[in-house]
Amino acid sequence: MAERTTPSIPAKLAGVGRRLQALFESREKGPAKPTRAPGETAVEKSSHPSMPSAFGVLVRKEIADHIRSWRFILLLGIIALTCVASLYTAMNSIREALGSENGVHDFVILKLFTISDGTLPTFIGFVGFLGPLLGIGMGFDAINSERNKGTLSRIMAQPIHRDDLLNAKFAASLIVISFMFITLGLLTMALGTLIIGIPPTLEEFLRIISFLVVTICYVGFWLNLSITFSVRFRQPATSALSSIAVWLFFSFFFDMILQLLSRGLAPSTASATVQDVMSYQNLMLWLGRLSPYTLFNEATTTLLMPSIRNLGPLTQEQVYGAIASPLPFGQSLLLVWPQIIGLAAATLICFAISYVLFLRQEIRGRS
Amino acid sequence: MDTVIDIQELTKSYHDTRAVDRLSLQIKRGEIFGLLGPNGAGKSTTILMLLGLSEPDSGSISVLGINPTREPIPVKRRVGYLPDDVGFYEDRTGLENLMLTARLNRIPDNQARERALELLEQVGLTHAAHKKTGAYSRGMRQRLGLADVLMKSPEIIILDEPTLGIDPTGMEELLRLIRKLSREQGLTVLLSSHQLHQVQQICDRVGLFVRGRLLAEGDVGSLSRTLFADDPIMITAELDELVPELRDAIGSIPGVHQIEVPPAKSGPAESNDTLTRDLPIKVLIRADRDCSPEIARTVVNAGVRLFSLNRQQHGLDEIYHRYFAGGEEHGRTNDAKHTG
Repeated sequence: MAERTTPSIPAKLAGVGRRLQALFESREKGPAKPTRAPGETAVEKSSHPSMPSAFGVLVRKEIADHIRSWRFILLLGIIALTCVASLYTAMNSIREALGSENGVHDFVILKLFTISDGTLPTFIGFVGFLGPLLGIGMGFDAINSERNKGTLSRIMAQPIHRDDLLNAKFAASLIVISFMFITLGLLTMALGTLIIGIPPTLEEFLRIISFLVVTICYVGFWLNLSITFSVRFRQPATSALSSIAVWLFFSFFFDMILQLLSRGLAPSTASATVQDVMSYQNLMLWLGRLSPYTLFNEATTTLLMPSIRNLGPLTQEQVYGAIASPLPFGQSLLLVWPQIIGLAAATLICFAISYVLFLRQEIRGRS
Repeated sequence: MDTVIDIQELTKSYHDTRAVDRLSLQIKRGEIFGLLGPNGAGKSTTILMLLGLSEPDSGSISVLGINPTREPIPVKRRVGYLPDDVGFYEDRTGLENLMLTARLNRIPDNQARERALELLEQVGLTHAAHKKTGAYSRGMRQRLGLADVLMKSPEIIILDEPTLGIDPTGMEELLRLIRKLSREQGLTVLLSSHQLHQVQQICDRVGLFVRGRLLAEGDVGSLSRTLFADDPIMITAELDELVPELRDAIGSIPGVHQIEVPPAKSGPAESNDTLTRDLPIKVLIRADRDCSPEIARTVVNAGVRLFSLNRQQHGLDEIYHRYFAGGEEHGRTNDAKHTG
């Protein structure tokens, strides 16, 4: 409550770890921080110029905690196993896919992520389903476990800003998640290259990297959601359950509700004009996009399947004359740009909520 | 001696209850001040406001000349705070926990390590420096907490219920340690507790804090004088019998206004016993002034055997029972008595 004199969220988020220290300091010194207590950073910097900021120290500590924890190892194991499994099924069916398309070997590496022989979901299917679990698992006890262990008030009594802790929790988890997904994605690509024997083109590589960035955004959303719940609820079990409830809602029930709605809203087939059908389709599409799951699916499938040319309904005349060729990378990215922004915005909204909640909360001992 | 903590008319409410009610308090450099009060008196709230972790509704605070509500960071750099029931990262060792605190205070690692080991020795935890804090006992945790607070070489340390949940030996050790550190390093110590008896031994001054208000402050002697100014002095005499003539004689001593024989605590079967009947009778005398010499003379002149004569000082027990025991409810009835 008392420490609202803090710099803006982007200014704080900018300092990710020690390597971005320089950037962080230059921002702090910049004009964007008139709210900080006067003289305070100047003293810090001049007395020990080489010491990392409190934020950097906390990020390092959090990353170390994550990597040492059993929870992280378990989650990593689950994700790694599913990736291996989906790679295996993709390998089984990739021969058929390659054989049937009479010599068209475009985007073979991308197919590793998107096809399956039907026994197991695809790579992106798995990531879409298990990514939230990973995010929730990393964040659901971020603040309330500190509170329950009695460490929160001890850390808060140190000369740090109150938001440093929250920012560090978020940044550290996101760094760990990013490393994990980038490693897994590159490993899958490398294994695929080794087994198939066709190296990825630059475009494929860029597509995979952007797919990984979207995945990180998506997992970051769930991470932030669970951090928000961990600020709000005192018991880790409550916050974990609430996060899982939201996850289940968007994974299963949201679609069911949409179906119910669509039945009610559908124009009658006898009297509907093209206009009616179009507006109805668009409405359903936008309603569906309220779910981060839909956004993620649209974004990743478009990025990994260049043959997808659009995400909404098309009229006959729009299709007329179009060449059925894959989209270039830039166009695919342009197509899903709104989805990516949507995911990032959802993440930021959750973060803002947890930020405000945390700054307004009273720091007491365990209670 | 300059004032390092200056609180003026501090008020803080939660919803409709007043946690701290127009509190004014000054603490001087180098003294050990005990903030004593029952649970829920507002001690922790006051401490949180001193550190800028909570915002006051009105009133002003100055810690080392800085307003902690507006500038919490410079205050927290120079003030150490040991929270109520402190916790540590349980999968880290004691030393690692101290090193984290040092880094957050921007102490270079090599200096910090030296200081941490030195402090661990001072609090007697050298043997456990490389043990994970999850395996620490409660007393060890509190001592590690003290080392943690001292890592940043503070000018003031604030300890919230430092003795809670420790066995009597451990408590005495911890308090002695606090006193020693305070004397050696000229630290100002503010400690809160509801364990009046133990804590007052090391405090230079205490403040009695009940229901958000500071009832009295000073050393224990002056405290009882202010608190019991209007109360009669109690004199207990042990006699072998109390004949009515003697009762009248004592009653006629100037100043005495009540004589009372408290009922025997033993059951009827025991009182019939010849042995217990020979035991002296306790007589409780209330007087406006100290008239024990006259009472003694009267008793001896009457030919009654006097076993003991005891003038009861209003000590901590009285203070404790009057203000602390029963917690909030007691506080309320006393409030009513005082205002009415």
